[in-house]
Order: sequence, then structure tokens, then C-alpha cells
Amino acid sequence: MGDPKGFLKFGRQEGGYRPVEERIHDYGEVEKMLPDRERRLQAARCMDCGVPFCHWGCPISNIMPEWQDKIYRGDWKAAYDILRETSSFPEFTGRVCPAPCEAACVLAINDEPVTIRQNELAVIEKAFELGLVKPEPPETRSGKTVAVIGSGPAGLACADRLNRYGHQVVVFEAAEKAGGYLRFGIPDFKLDKSIVDRRINLMEEEGVQFRTGVRAGDDISTKELLKEFDALCIAIGSREPRDLDVEGRNLEGIYFAMDFLAQQNRIVQGDHISDNDLISALNKNVLVIGGGDTGSDCVGTANRQGARRITQLELLPKPSTGRNEEEPWPLWPRVLKTSSSHEEGCERMWTVLTKRFTGKNGKVSGVEGVEVEWHREDDGRMVMKEIPGSDFKIKTDLVLLAMGFIHPVHKGLLGQLDLTLDDRGNVAIDEYMMTSRKGIFSAGDASRGASLVVWAIQDGKDAADGIHEYFSED
Amino acid sequence: MKDITDQYGLYKKEYEHDSCGIGFVAHIKGEKSQDIVSRGLEVLRRMEHRGAEGADNKTGDGSGIMVQLPHDFFAEEVKGLPAAGEYAVGMVFLPVREDEAAHCVKALEEVIDRKGLKLIGWRDVPVDNSDIGSIAKGSEPLVRQVFVEKTVDGDEAFERKLYMVRKTVEREIRESDLKEKDYFYILSLSSRTMVYKGMLTPSQVGGYYTELEDERFKSAIALVHSRFSTNTFPSWDLAQPFRMLAHNGEINTVQGNRFWMQARESAFKTDLFGEDIRKIFPIIEPGKSDSASFDNALEMLVRTGRSLPHSLMMLIPESWNEKNPIPEDLKYFYEYHSTFMEPWDGPASMVFCDGRFVGGTLDRNGLRPSRYVVTHDDLIVMGSEVGVQTFSPEKVREKGRLTPGKLLLVDTGEGRIIPDAEIKDVISHSKPYRQWVEDNRVNLSDLKGGQSPSPDIPEEDLHTMNLVFGYSREDMETILLPKARDGKEPTGSMGTDTPLAVFSDKPQRLFNYFKQKFAQVTNPAIDPIREELVMTLTSYIGTQGNLLEERPEHCKMLKFKNPIFANDDMEKIRNWNSPDFRSLTLPMLFPAGEGPEGLEPALRKLCTKAEKGVDDGYNFIILSDRNQGPDMVPIPSLMACAAVHHHLIRKQKRTRIGLIIETGEAREVMHFALLFGFGAGAVNPYGAFANIRKLFRDNLLPQKMKVYEADENYMNALHKGLLKVLSKMGTSTLRSYRGAQIFEAIGVGQELMESCFPGTESRIGGVGFLEAGREALAHHKKAYSARPRLLDSEGTYMYRKYGERHAWNPETIHLLQWATRTGSYTRFKEFSELVNSQNRKPHVIRGTFDFKKQKPIPIDEVEPASEIMKRFATGAMSFGSLSIEAHETMAAAMNRIGGKSNSGEGGEKTERYTPKPDGTLLRSAIKQVASGRFGVTSNYLVNADELQIKIAQGAKPGEGGQLPGFKVDKVIAGTRHSTPGVTLISPPPHHDIYSIEDLAQLIFDLKNANPNARVSVKLVSESGVGTVAAGVAKAHADNITISGYDGGTGASPISSIKHAGLPWELGLAETHQTLLLNGLRGRVRIQTDGQLKTGRDVVLAGMLGAEEFGFGTGALIVLGCVMMRKCHKNTCPVGVATQDPELRKRFSGKPEYLVNYFSFIAEEVREIMAEIGVKTFNELVGRTDLLEQRTMEHWKARTVDTSKILAVPTDMFGGNRYCVETQVHKIDNVLDRWLIENAKNGLENREKVVLDHEIQNINRTVGAMLSGEISRRYGDDGLPDDTIHCTFRGSAGQSFGAFLQKGVTFRLEGDANDYFGKGLSGGRLIVVPPEGSTFKPEDNIIIGNTVLYGATAGELYVRGMAGERFCVRNSGAHAVVEGTGDHCAEYMTGGRLVVLGRVGRNFAAGMSGGIAYVLNARGDFQYYCNTGMVELSPLLEHEDQEYVKEMLKRHVEYTGSTLAAEILQDWYRHMTRFIRVLPYEYKRAMQEIKLEQIEEELRDIREEEQLEVVSDG
Repeated sequence: MGDPKGFLKFGRQEGGYRPVEERIHDYGEVEKMLPDRERRLQAARCMDCGVPFCHWGCPISNIMPEWQDKIYRGDWKAAYDILRETSSFPEFTGRVCPAPCEAACVLAINDEPVTIRQNELAVIEKAFELGLVKPEPPETRSGKTVAVIGSGPAGLACADRLNRYGHQVVVFEAAEKAGGYLRFGIPDFKLDKSIVDRRINLMEEEGVQFRTGVRAGDDISTKELLKEFDALCIAIGSREPRDLDVEGRNLEGIYFAMDFLAQQNRIVQGDHISDNDLISALNKNVLVIGGGDTGSDCVGTANRQGARRITQLELLPKPSTGRNEEEPWPLWPRVLKTSSSHEEGCERMWTVLTKRFTGKNGKVSGVEGVEVEWHREDDGRMVMKEIPGSDFKIKTDLVLLAMGFIHPVHKGLLGQLDLTLDDRGNVAIDEYMMTSRKGIFSAGDASRGASLVVWAIQDGKDAADGIHEYFSED
Repeated sequence: MKDITDQYGLYKKEYEHDSCGIGFVAHIKGEKSQDIVSRGLEVLRRMEHRGAEGADNKTGDGSGIMVQLPHDFFAEEVKGLPAAGEYAVGMVFLPVREDEAAHCVKALEEVIDRKGLKLIGWRDVPVDNSDIGSIAKGSEPLVRQVFVEKTVDGDEAFERKLYMVRKTVEREIRESDLKEKDYFYILSLSSRTMVYKGMLTPSQVGGYYTELEDERFKSAIALVHSRFSTNTFPSWDLAQPFRMLAHNGEINTVQGNRFWMQARESAFKTDLFGEDIRKIFPIIEPGKSDSASFDNALEMLVRTGRSLPHSLMMLIPESWNEKNPIPEDLKYFYEYHSTFMEPWDGPASMVFCDGRFVGGTLDRNGLRPSRYVVTHDDLIVMGSEVGVQTFSPEKVREKGRLTPGKLLLVDTGEGRIIPDAEIKDVISHSKPYRQWVEDNRVNLSDLKGGQSPSPDIPEEDLHTMNLVFGYSREDMETILLPKARDGKEPTGSMGTDTPLAVFSDKPQRLFNYFKQKFAQVTNPAIDPIREELVMTLTSYIGTQGNLLEERPEHCKMLKFKNPIFANDDMEKIRNWNSPDFRSLTLPMLFPAGEGPEGLEPALRKLCTKAEKGVDDGYNFIILSDRNQGPDMVPIPSLMACAAVHHHLIRKQKRTRIGLIIETGEAREVMHFALLFGFGAGAVNPYGAFANIRKLFRDNLLPQKMKVYEADENYMNALHKGLLKVLSKMGTSTLRSYRGAQIFEAIGVGQELMESCFPGTESRIGGVGFLEAGREALAHHKKAYSARPRLLDSEGTYMYRKYGERHAWNPETIHLLQWATRTGSYTRFKEFSELVNSQNRKPHVIRGTFDFKKQKPIPIDEVEPASEIMKRFATGAMSFGSLSIEAHETMAAAMNRIGGKSNSGEGGEKTERYTPKPDGTLLRSAIKQVASGRFGVTSNYLVNADELQIKIAQGAKPGEGGQLPGFKVDKVIAGTRHSTPGVTLISPPPHHDIYSIEDLAQLIFDLKNANPNARVSVKLVSESGVGTVAAGVAKAHADNITISGYDGGTGASPISSIKHAGLPWELGLAETHQTLLLNGLRGRVRIQTDGQLKTGRDVVLAGMLGAEEFGFGTGALIVLGCVMMRKCHKNTCPVGVATQDPELRKRFSGKPEYLVNYFSFIAEEVREIMAEIGVKTFNELVGRTDLLEQRTMEHWKARTVDTSKILAVPTDMFGGNRYCVETQVHKIDNVLDRWLIENAKNGLENREKVVLDHEIQNINRTVGAMLSGEISRRYGDDGLPDDTIHCTFRGSAGQSFGAFLQKGVTFRLEGDANDYFGKGLSGGRLIVVPPEGSTFKPEDNIIIGNTVLYGATAGELYVRGMAGERFCVRNSGAHAVVEGTGDHCAEYMTGGRLVVLGRVGRNFAAGMSGGIAYVLNARGDFQYYCNTGMVELSPLLEHEDQEYVKEMLKRHVEYTGSTLAAEILQDWYRHMTRFIRVLPYEYKRAMQEIKLEQIEEELRDIREEEQLEVVSDG
């Protein structure tokens, strides 16, 4: 390891964000990078633990201590070699991963964790900069073909790994461009789409074929798919949003967050949206329902569009700022997270239940809610109770529902393939990621339920391994 | 006679050890008398305490005496005897069954007849067995003497014939069908000497063989031996002396020596025997002890024509490397013989006799005490102790000791003592050895050729090769990189917690199935760094000649200093164009296409090819895996090497060939140790070299470094590592280590063992050729099919998610911390279930067990948790390795629950001995006594409930330790009684435990020092530990700890952490079984430790025999440890294992957490007890019948068979399964009782008391108990100077003045034995020769070895010379002595020493502190000084001059030394001849302290000035 006492000499230093007043006027990435010299000192904080909890906490099992050491020594190539072994797309996770590794970092016990996510990003960006990331098509082709349905993180990871094994992969994407949630779910200010393009181009150069604008099940029948390919991987994500079944839901001006976010990403990439379809926050009182990451993305996007005022509601209690006894180190803690978007201006409310929407002329104009309190039942379940007399009203003219997703869209592909679903409505899979039908696999949110990008990537890898194993059994 | 099986469960007879008291009495002029015999018996009696008794407390381990043939006696007893010298007498043990005895008699008579000798007749030997023990009686043989007439010319020819008769008949009976054939044993058959011995205590010998006390029974020589054996089994024949010698010691390499001897037999040829030579085979009698084997070898060499001293010099050569001052020609003598005879290596003190010559010798290390006295009337008495005979002072002409590697030879024919130098001069010039060596032996470094750049492997191929041989990224970064960069073995912390190789899911290298064995108790490990002068890796390969001849061609061998061959060495050997050095390369590969089944046939073929190579006259065979490829898979190099080695031994062709292994596989120290241990002559690790080049290309090595430097560093690291492995077992030379198989396999099946590793233990079965083939193929397939871009990050040393499993992993660590911090038993159950299921994968041996179903009982019938917690202890972890916070938290917690915390080695602050106002007691109940003796004072010992002697520790058994100076801050230096900033070295052995009787002595010392504390001995699991434990039980330990190899540690070489020692399951079960078999189990309490984590672990350990349980790592984790494995770097980020004040602030542990942990475990234990229907823990101890082995799926684990672990010995001597009685410590009547009684006034009223008493060598540890009484009353302060003053007259026993406390002065007029002033704690000791002595004190030895070991304060004045290791590890005492043996001032860390005479070799080795002043009378001091850590200078400073002068004055005052008086008289002339020996570190530290003092003084002055200014104003 680089410097055994690095953690005692150097404090945690993050790249930080561009100033609020600057960044809310554009859709460029908000986060800044540290200069190489500083980055190396940050890597020197890694203690090369005998039991690296970061590595354990990482869904894709990145071996942080090994590449931190290489960063410290300035050996970007070696760092990249080790990182790419476990991670297909460090440039994505380096930007958008909430970094469970940092929560598990041993330094986090009584100090601040190593800036693992940013260090990871530095490695991959440096590797691109130094020309280390080159197309590496497989030496030989196996002759097997796989159709990956969906080009989100799970689909891409699966395709990438299968391609490395030498199998011919075709990725089907219903949208006009590949990337799925990466492209249309995450705002540009967190993940610039040129980053996505860069990776997809690379994969194409390595021999992965992308067929965009093709909705599997509609534009190409399941029969054809099954005939044409030796295996299928369903990576269509979990796109059925959780809805809010309250009075006034049908009013105009209430949208699912994903529609709002995707539209903005399209605008950034240059698409023209007709006025009729445009969901705009300009000069509006925006209400975001749901306190998670998607909600936060809505806040950031709305601010950039010029919202007048933004309020974000959350049903659950406000998390504490420090760890609580229930989630001690190295577990992922539910602590209060203030994102860059929150910093840009927004009012946040916790423990509130939306009771109804009110409107004028069929358009939403306000929301009525009530405060709640939570307590734990004897069996451990958390139960909510409304606080009498705490009713309130908020004026709003744009409501964004960001309450998560319930399961993949059942209609269409899944129905046609007649795949067994689990009790949460996700695609049921076995330990090899195979669905109820032989040769058909599934990965990512479609089978896991809505989760992190990093989990989707890991699932994609696992599915690719499952498929590879499946082929070798033939 | 052997109704107990030679093997039961894990117990095996081969494990037996013994060590002993030896000695002889002789009349130098050869005058025979009964007096000599009775003196011999007296010597035996006076060493009674060095022997031991069995379970019946009456049966001795064996004693005996060798005498000259008492012709006068027999002339009267036996009718018709020829004249003296014309006949021989045989002492014979016979079966008790009449028919079988008759059969043996007849067989012997027939052979006598066949060999052309004439039988005179038989005589029944009168014996009186009324006083011997019941065990001895139960196996008592019939004893008869046979008389044989000389019918050949020449005495030697007669002896040869007799030898032949004995060997022939021995073999006949051995191969017969007699039921009692084991009874048959010929003690001696000679015309010169006779042996009387048996399973007797030393004092029983004379009474049993009544004729020994007959007036007419006369001899000029009486050589005696008393045995302290680890067993109590009937073994009349194992008593000593043997036919030529008696041995006190241990032949560590005996297994190799036996194999080599067997391998040589085919080449034996001598005119003296002609064809008959085959009749004496096997040279080494099967199934006998190491000493017996040695006697066999020696006897053979003598009978085939070499003289006795010559033969001894061949078998136990002294050290002859450049550090040893011996004549050049003698070195050539040794070199000549070393080319064809490997040393029998191990601690040895031998006394030998052939009827005319009698003498003694010590091995190169000289670790066994041997003292002698010569009188004016030509008597010589030699013994393990001085004082075995009492002579009035004026009779004594000389007092001396045997010195390492030297001979003491008395020629009763010529009537003189022949000096060592003289005898060796004669022998070394008896043949032109020097010429022979110079003409024939070839140095590897002189070989030409091989200049072509060594073949480098292209990057892509290298990657493939690495995959084939299973290199991981850890191998590169953790093993190769540090070695190539620093030339050192890498260090690690916190033990190992990965599964045994046989349980691992990852394909393993065959190397990983073996564990190193190491010395504990029965022989000492060596310090390969500080005692380098006895170590060597120099060896030879080539074709060995006939051992029975001496010819110049014998040394036509290739000599090399280091056994790791560089690539161009291989080129040179291959291209060597000499008919005497032809090499044959054989590929050690098997075809991939044949699958795992192809391995075994390929191996067989390889063996046959090798044999053919020998027949074809090749001199070297190179086994090579260089040509592995897509179709050819490497045979594991260890398997190939061992298989060929043993195949050639079986065919008796092994010594005709040199075996070189050229392999890409070997990379770490353990790999090389194994290859050498299983017969390799040299190894070329081309794969490792290629990777070092890669490290270069990847810029991982310093830019300035050259490739060859990295290679050299790597080789140096291996050399150091190898020396460490050798020394761990107490082995000094690679030549004797080679083929000695000092390993144990674990998880290797019988078939594979027998075919490749015969003679090596493997006790739980395991994998065979098929599994080994599969593992080799798995790597091969990966290399040629999957072809990953990077090597694996294997996770052997550090946890990796998809790497090797670790018992401590993120889940277990965090669950345990969570559970104990929140006090949640539910969480703890999650933890324990996870741990148990991990164990059952399996991970550890106990994971293969299930509890048999029993009828449960309600849990409230089970004894309470509070009772169970009393059985818990925390591991021995010193303050110094742990932060004070962690150390005290542990003590507080254990005191709260009634368990015990363990101080570890490093002393303890005295404030901790008294409870705090709130009742918290931070005192560690267990105080450890380890080899460094840091902080071990009388007061420390008194403040303990248990005193633990740490013989070994799990993570690095057989090794010493080191606390680097930068870690020794003021507080640590305080508790350890040392100087801040000065490195503290713990030697590998305890320098007062070289053998089991030494351990008994230390136990006795500690028991005296604190009679209220129980004494425990900590051992580490290895095969034979049970037998050692039996010896320890007989040495009166109250408690024995068996540690597993996987225990944690602050810092150890990682090869030791992984590869030394065995799991506790094996050691514990073996110990329990062996103690049961010996009837000793009820006398001791057994504790075990090593990765215990849960209640289930505790119950399983209980069922295997443990009563108490130690928790090290688990307890640390509760206190916040997260297995950083950085203890050795002082960077522990949770403040547990660091001294950094900043990091210590991060410590978050609390006693409550530990209390929670132990209550949880106890609760879980209770649950299991209820489930299996057991109410008290004692009921389940040793109940292996409640366990069964599960059926396992795991493809390797299913080959394991644990039935030996679960075996329950039948009730032997009562069959107590747990401790039910207390040991008899024999301290009730010690001299100290008298002292305490008579010094009452001093003790209680601090008034001056003057006493006087006679003393004998049987009065041991005098002063320790008295000191304990003082410490109890006055703590560290002791009494005012000289309050109790006692004069003793006579020869003091061992440990005189041990731990002597302040205020006591002991004056000894006479002499003393070893361990004098051990742990001196402030008292004053004076030794002077008795009044009337005629010898020159400064030339005579008056005190023994290892004086002032671990002394912390006090003074010593010796008028005379001391033995070896004077002032070893002294940290505070001041001493004056008039001469010393080797290794004086070794490991000294403080105190001062003035030497007025000669010093031996290796002065000041490892001396990091204190100052020595040596009078350099001969001007050669520098040669004798090990200047590794010290600087030499004249007495320039006034302070030094004054100090020496003052000490000399006192010396004169106290001892009347004429030598000191002379020096003082002419002080200024003598002063210039003094040399000051000052350690560098100490100098720096003292300067710093001085600077600080000056600072302080200046500050005070400034403050005062300030005040004055103020008052002026």
C-alpha cells in the first residue's frame, strides 16, 4: 500500500460542485474533479484493510484497496486494469453510485471515509484520457447469439460481458437511442450523455450490435427472437411507477417523475418537444412527491427550468444526520442526504401524507396533506398514524410523482413470453439468473425490482455468466 | 512388555522424548575400585530431580550405569573363566515366558557358535525388585549374563565379532514370531564394558542390581544416565546408557538421518566384514529412540574401523564456518566428512566410553550443561550439574565445563586427559584431508560457462506460466515484491483464518497441505540471526562414496553456499563437461489429455527414469517443469521431488545422485523448506526469477535497483527464511535438514503419503493422487482455456469476496460487534449461526463434527453461566502489542466475570495490582513468563493467580519476537524494565528451557516464587504435543494450554503464520488421549485457544478434552478490532493494537462489551448442554463419544477421516477425564522455608538478620520464596539494603538466588549451577571459591550457564568463571565476573557488566542496551564479539572509568579477588586495556535521556532565575 499513515496525514477532500449560481443555468455536470496530485493523496488515505469492508459493501465487488494503491503510485494503467476486472462501467458508477463502499469504509468508523467513488471516476476518466480504454473485441467468436432486451445498465453490462466471452450480442432498445435509464432517467447534470455515447460506441466497436427503436414483442415478435437467438436476456427495467390514488389525481399538471426527467434529457440532446407535450416548470410552484433520488433529480431539473418554488414531500420521517443503532457501520445507513439539487433550492417536508389534489379548470392548483407519526409495533412493523389537526395546504401548479416503481411493465414482452413472476410482480429467476423459461434470462430492475445502477450492472454480469454457463452445458 | 499399543488415536510411540541427567566418574590412571562404582551411583542419586516418575510416583523413567568389565568379581562368581580380556560378558533381557526365554537363549548360543566364538555359560543376574514401582514391575524382564570366550586374535576383532553376533541375533528375534520378543534386548556384549539399566529411578539402580554394591565389583569408569521421559510406559530397553554412550538431548533430524543411513547401506563395503556386512543391516534398529539410533550409527562407525572420537566428530561436528576459531586443517577434516555424512543435528550432551577411553562432548550449540571436577588424586567427575560429588576444597585441582563442539577425553590407558585440540589435531592429520578436498571438491561459484543470458520468459508466456502455477496478485505483491525489494520475508499480523487446504474450495498447491514442525520444550529453537555462527546452508551434491572407506574421491562433490540456484547456475551444470558431474534432466509433467488419472502413472514413470539415470552413472538428476505447455501439466514439484527421493532410498541408490529441482512453482520460503525437507539438493525457482523481472518492467522495484540485486535480495530473503525454518526446529545445518521431513501433512490421504512421503505424519486422511491431479489440472485449464487477463486476487492474506474464505469476514466481524455493543443475544445468535455454518462448510476440523442425539434436559438444570465463565480467559497479548486502553479493558472485563485476562509478555504497571476506588481491578490474573522475561520480577510473579510459561505461540511457534525501539515509549519501557527507544528482542527459546527437566526446573522456580499461583505451560499443536504435554504434566505444571496454529499475533513472518503448527483440534485431542494413556490426565487442567468464537466451539473443544478456553481475536473484535492486519505497522485505526497516542484516542471498546460476549457464549454453551442432557461442564470434558463425523459433500473434505481424533483410550490408570487432583510440587521442605523462618525479624521488622547454611545441588531455587514473601509485604521496594544476609557453603543447585528481592544478600562459598540469579530483582549475590581451594579462580568455572537471565536489578560478584550466556537478557543488574563462556551479554537490554577475563564466542549478540566493560587481556576480544549491534571503544569517559573502578573495589571487598586487586593496584596501565561495549541504540537513547535531563535542568534554572528577577524587582 502506498502510505501506511496517509489517513492520518490527509483529510477527506471531495471534488465538490460548481457554484449553485453558475450550475443552475445549465445542464452540465455539477460535480468537479480534483487535480491528480490531490487525487493521489486522497487515495493515500486508503488503509489497505485486511478485511476491506468497502469491497464487501460494493455490489460489483470492486477491489478498492488494490487500485487505490495504484492511484497513489500514479500507475493509472494498473489501477484501470484492476478496476475494469470487476467493473464494466466505472464511468457510470463513478458518477451516480451512492457508494455503499464509502459507508462501509473502515475509516468511516471514526473518521471520514475515503473518496472511493470519485477515485474510481478519476481512474476511468484518466484511462480514457490516456488512451488506455481501447476496443477489445474477443479473439474468437463462440458462434452463439444472445438478444439482450433493454439497454439500461443491466442490459449493457450483460451485453458487454457476453461479448467478452465471444458470444454475439444484439441489444434491442425501444427508444431511439441506447442507454435506457442512464440516458433518459438520470439528468445530464449528473451524467453527461456523451459519457453514455462513449461507452456505447466502444461496445459497438467491440462487436455488440444495437438495434434501437425496436420494441421487442411489438416490432420484433418473441417467436422471431427465440428463433434467431440462442438465449435471451430481459433487462427492461422496472418501469411501472407507483401511483398516488387520491382525489384529484386526474387533474392536469400531475406527472410521473420519469416522464418529466426523460423529456428534459431529450431536450438536452436536441429533440424538439411540441408545446402540447411539454412539461415545464418555468415559473411554477412545483411539488415533488417522494423523497428519494428521483425526487431529488426532479428538484434539480425543475430549478434549471426556472421553477418559482419547489416543495418536496416525503411520507417517512426525516432521517437522522448521523448513524443510528439500527444501522451501525458497515451497513448502509438511512441518513439525511442533501443532494446537489437540494442545495440549489427547495423546501423539504417529512412525515406528510398527501390527502388530495385540488384544481381549477381541470388543472391542479394545490395539494392537501396531513402530518403523520410513525411508531413501531410489537412485531417490528412500522405503522403510521395521522396527527389530528395537522392538515395543511400547498399551492402548486405542477406535481411530479417520484414514489418509485412497483415492477416491470407486464404488458407486452413479459406477457407474450409468459414468464413466471415473483410475488412482487418481478420476473422470477433462479440462481443462474434464468427465468421460468429455459434460455431466457433476466437482469436488473426487471427481476430485482427498482434498485441502484450498480446492482443492475452486477445483475447484468451475473446474467452473462449464467448464459455463458448455460452455453457450456450444451 | 509392550502391552500398551505403540499407537493409539493420535498418540504414537515415536513422539516420545526424553532428556536426562548424565555423568561419569573415572580414575584417570585407570585404577579400578568399587569406590568408582559407588560414586557413579551417588552421581545418579544427586541428579534425581532431573529425572521423573510415572503415574505411580515410583516407577522411574529409566536409569543405568556402564562400567568396565569387573573381572575380579566374575572370576569368583563364574567358574572356569579365562583371563581378563579373553572373554566377553553379555547383559541380556529375556522374555519372562520360559519357553520364549529358552528360545532366545538358544538363538543367541547358535549365533555365537556360528560366528566361531565359544560359549562359556550363563549366569542369572541377582536382582531385588522389592523397591521398584508397579508399572516397572509389570514389565520386568528376566536378566541374565552370557559369557563368551575369545577365539580370535586381536581385541578389536573380538569386539567386531561380538557386534556381529549381537546384530545378527537381534534381527533374528525381531523377525521371529515370539509373543514376548520385545522383551529380548542385549544391553551390552563386550569384553570391555557392561551396562546395567532398567525402568528404575536413579536411586533404585544400586538396590536393584545388587552386585553393583559388591565389594569385589570394581571399575575405573562409571558412566551413568537418568532419564526424564515424557511417557510412563514400560520401556526397560529405552533406559540408557546404550552400548557406547549416554545422551542428554534430542536428535531433531533423526528421521532424515535414519533414511540417509538406510540409503547408504547398499554402498557399504569393508574388508573387516567382507560379505558379512549385510548381516548387520539395518544399521539402525527399528522402533528405537533417537539416542538409540545415534548409538547404532556411532557403534557401526567404530566397529568398521574409525576411532571413537573420529566417529563422534563425523556425526556431531562442531561449527566450522569462518566465525569459529579452529585450525584450518581441522576445518578441512570437517569439510571432507561433510560431503558424505550429514550431521545428526540437535542439542546433545554425550558421554561415551569404550572401556579405555571415557569422555564427553557437546554439540555445536552447547545447550546442555556439562560440568566436571578433577581432583588432585586423579579422579574426574563429570555431570549435568556440579555438586554431584562432594570434595573438600583442597582436593580440587580443576573445575571446568564442556564447551560447545569440544571433546573431553580421558585415556585411562595412558592415564591422562587428552585436550580437545590435541586429539583433533591428531585425527585431522591422520589422512591428507585438506589435499583431498582441494583436489576434488568443486565450488559452484568457480564453475565456468552459463554466461549466455539466462532464458527470460516472454510476457505472454509468463502470464500463462503464472496461471499454470497458480500465481496470484498476492504472490506478486505480498511475497515476491517485498523479498526482491527489501531482501526480507514479509511480515503479517492477526494470524490466519482461511480453511485448511483440504477444506478449501480453491485449487491448492500441494505445499499448502503441509505444516512446519518446531521445537517446544524438549529441545530449544535457535536464534538464526544472533547465533548465526552455528548456522549454515552450505551443502554439497553429487555421488557419495562408501561411508566405510576414506578415499580422496569421496569429496568429488559440487559445493555451494546457498541451495537456491540461479538460472545461469543451471546452465553451468547442464553444460558441464566432466565425467564426474554428468546431469540428466527429467521433465516432471503429466499429459493433460489423460486427466487427473494421468498423474500417478506419470509419477511412477518418472521414478523409474530417475533410477535408470542412477544406473547409467549420472551424478545429478534435474527434475524440471520448464516444458509445461498446453498438453503437459506440471506434476506438483513437491510430489515429484519426494517420490523420486524415496524411490531411490527404497532402492538404496539415493546417495549416488544429486537431486536438483527446476520449477516454476516454488516461490515462498515454505515451498523451498518442503523441497529440501523431502530430499532436494538444490532448487532453481525460474518462475520466481521471471516474475521478479516482471516486477522490474512494471516499475514496482526502486529505479536505482539492478536486476541482479533484486535476484540477490530475493535469494537472501529465502536464505534468511530457510534459516528461520531450520532453527525453529533447533536444526543448524541444511545438510542435516535435508530429507529430515520435519513437517506434518494435514488432509493428505494414506496412499499418497506412503508412496511419496513415508514417515511423515498425516492424521486425518485426505486427498490422493486424483484430487492432486484435479487441482493441478484446474490451474492448467485456466491458463490454457479461460486465460484471464489478470492473475487472481486470491484473498489468502487479505479478505476478498470471491477469494479464499476467511472466518473473520465483514459479516462475522460486524455482527459480533453489533451484538456485543447493543447487548443483543438475538444478534449474537445470528453471529454464532453464521460462524457455525461457515465452520461446517467445512472450514476447520471441528466443522466436520455433529453432536450425537441425546435426551435433552430443561435448561435450568444446567449449571449457571457464571460457573462456565470462570473457564474463560483472554489470549496472551502484551501491553506493548496492545494499547493500554485495550489491555486494561480486557483485564477489567475478565475480573468482573471471574475469568482471567493474560498479561502477555511485557510486564504490568504496579498500579494495576490494587483495585480502583470503584472496585474495578485492572490486574491481569494470568502473568506470562516468556523467553524475553520482560518485567518478570518477584513482585510481578507474586501478583498473579496463574503464571504462564509461554513455550510457543500459535502464530509463530519456535520463533522469537522483537519490539522495535520506536514502539518502546516511556511507559512500555517502564513496565518492561528497559530503556525507551531501545529494541527489545525475545529470543526463540527460553534460555532456561532446553529440555523437559529444565522446564520442570522453571515450574519449580515459579512455584517457589509464588506458591499460591498455579503454573501453566502454553504449547502449540503439532504431532507429538501430547507427549510433550505428558512430560509437562510430569514436570508438575498445573495447567497446560494447547494453542492452535491459527491464533493471532502482533507481527510474524507470514510464512510462519500460515505454515507452522497445527489446528488445536488435533493437538488437544492428542494431549487428552496421551495424558489418559499415561494416567496423568487427572493431574492437570487443559486449556485450548485458537479462533474460538461461539458456544458450540467451546462445547466441541470441551468434548475433545479442554476444560478452559482462551479467546484472543474474538475478544479484540469485540473491542473494535476490524482485522486490519496492521498491528506490526502501529497504524491500527481503531486504537486496539497501536501505541500512537492519536490512534489510541480512537479506541472505543468497553468492558461491558466483553462481558456481553462472554455471557452470550456461556448462555449458548448452556443451551447446548441442555440439548445433550449434561448438567455440569465437567461431565462433557473429553466426551468424544458424544461426537460423530458428518458425511460431507465437499469433494476434498469427504476424503477426511477424523476417527483418530474421536478415539477414546480405555481406562488405563483410573481414567479421570478432567483435572481432579493437585500436583505435588515438593516445595514444602525447601531451604527457603528455613530461611523465611529464620529471617522473620528481617521480614517483619526490617531488622538486620545474618544467617549461615550448608548447601547442596539438590537445594534448588534458593531465595525465590523468601523474595516472594518480601514482595508480598513491601512490593517493588523490597527491604533496605543487606537486611537479610545469608552465607551458604557448598554447591548450590539450579536457580540459586532466583528473583532475589532488594534487601537480601546471598554469599555462596563454593560453586553453583545453571540459572544463577535468574530474574534477579534487586538482591545482591556473591560467589567465591571455598576457603582452602587451590585452583586459580579466574581459570575455573564456578557458576553455570544462563546467569542473571532476565534480571531487572541487583548486583552480582563472581570470583571465577561463568558458563555460557552470562547476563543473557539482563535488563538491570550490575555484575562482575572473571571470565565467561560463549554468548555473554546476549540480548542484554540494560544493566552493566564487567568481565575481567576471557569471554567466549559471540559476545554481545543481540545486545540492545546496557554496557559491558571487558578486560581485553589477550588483545583478541574483537574476534569474539558480535559487533552487529554494538560499538567498541576504550574507556575514554571519566564516568566509565569511575564505574569500573568502583565495581572492582566492591569486587575485592566482597570476594577478595586477587585478580581485581592486581588490576586496581596498577589501574592506569590496566585501564587502557578495558574495552567498553555499548549498543548503538542504547547510546542514542541515553543521549536523548541526557538531553532531556539537561533540558529539564535548564528549565529549572531558568525558572529559578525568573523567580530571582521577580524577587529582585
